[in-house]
Amino acid sequence: MKRYSAFNLFREGLNGHKGWGPAWRSPEPARSYDAVIIGGGGHGLAAAYYLAKIQGLKRIAVLERGWIGGGNTGRNTTIVRSNYRQPQIQRLLEFSLKLWEGLSEELNYNVMFSQRGALFLGHSDSDMTRLAERGDALRCNGIDAELMTPGQVARLIPLLDMSDRARFPVHGGLIQRRGGTARHDAVAWGYARAADVRGVDIIQNCEVTGFDIRGGRIAGIRTSRGDIATDRIGMSVAGASGQVAALAGFTLPIESHLLQAFVSEPVKPMIDTVIMSQSIHCYISQSDKGEVVLGGDPDLYPTYSQKGVPYRLEEVAGQAISLIPALSRLRMLRSWAGTTDMSFDGSPIIGTTPVEGLFINGGWCYGGFKATPGAGWLLAHTVATGAPHDINAPFGLDRFAAGATVDEQGTGPMPQAH
Amino acid sequence: MLLITCPHCGERAQAEFTYERPVQTVIALDAPVEVAVETLYNRANPRGWSWELWRHTHGCGAWLKLHRHTATHEVAAVALLEAGA
Repeated sequence: MKRYSAFNLFREGLNGHKGWGPAWRSPEPARSYDAVIIGGGGHGLAAAYYLAKIQGLKRIAVLERGWIGGGNTGRNTTIVRSNYRQPQIQRLLEFSLKLWEGLSEELNYNVMFSQRGALFLGHSDSDMTRLAERGDALRCNGIDAELMTPGQVARLIPLLDMSDRARFPVHGGLIQRRGGTARHDAVAWGYARAADVRGVDIIQNCEVTGFDIRGGRIAGIRTSRGDIATDRIGMSVAGASGQVAALAGFTLPIESHLLQAFVSEPVKPMIDTVIMSQSIHCYISQSDKGEVVLGGDPDLYPTYSQKGVPYRLEEVAGQAISLIPALSRLRMLRSWAGTTDMSFDGSPIIGTTPVEGLFINGGWCYGGFKATPGAGWLLAHTVATGAPHDINAPFGLDRFAAGATVDEQGTGPMPQAH
Repeated sequence: MLLITCPHCGERAQAEFTYERPVQTVIALDAPVEVAVETLYNRANPRGWSWELWRHTHGCGAWLKLHRHTATHEVAAVALLEAGA
């Protein structure tokens, strides 16, 4: 594998760029592995990378039904932040954010992580009270948060409608300056390349069709490309967690819903931060290509179609235009939808399953992208040691029966409520 | 997007309806704790046909049972909830 560096770029430039070679191999699956990760998204590839690098396992495979990064890794709004309210999820996402901060160097791959700030707008006195409460909770736990006045917000985003007649008047905001965006494909490709360097077999077009379970313990996995013997499996298949769990004979506290996002035609830089809101569900950011990226509420009913309802796009566009009237002149280029693992408390599930040797990372609702490095690291730890790390211990499957849910929004046990 | 035929109102757009939960997850009032927890939290979450509770929230307000395919979005049946269901 050729290292990406200024020197190698210069040398390859003289050579007509003929010497780079593929960034990862396409091996045939072996008959057995020390550990298998199901799902070649960012989370699964990260888990394989950390299994090889941190946990020191040698023979690792990633099985991907389609192509790597072709699922939810490529169907999000690329926002990275850790400014949540509950301490358990703060700790998990801050762990992940710290990994993001060194990720491009770690992987020798530019994931284009841009800490442009993640701002929540407040539109009323009660919004500002809740933002102040969240900011206090964050700072108590060592995570950066700054409460902003309307004047500060207006200086940061001059295009916001700050007039008295605004549909959503801006009373201030809460910003996490270390938050931002990253390039979603680059995260999958970077982890894939770095994992491949460490000997991980990335096997695409390989669908899992069943498990070999003996006495309640994993003995192997059946795939469309043959049976593989292994005693440790990590599933990281958000959107299809229910189907994979069904193959292993158990059900999950997850419903599969759908989240849409869409982008405008590319324009010159107009929004250099990530804009969210305490009251309305609308995310606005601008990609490095210049497209304005918009996202909002999920579709709120179970579907695997990856086809969203048009009225949701209308809603999000309406909210975005109310906040930034200049957006009304933009044409929308394309929209997409991802299947989300909606859990019953809005928090992920990372831990053991009823089948010994089978571990799960899923239930990320619509917030999994930001957790890619951390979730992968923690799944690798859980797969290698057989038990959750301290950070993912609160996110086990058993928390629902125990009543120890991590309900960020405080909205109760309904998947569509989070 | 779904086109749902409400027994009272006829064909209406999905925007008027609210999804509630799968029909089989309604918990009996006298269910033991383990059964209640299992019913409340765990989902078959099928990629295929499912019976679901919906409500015509922004229409007549009726509670409905839908037989619906979660991947193709076909709706095979829409029924009113019977008394006591």
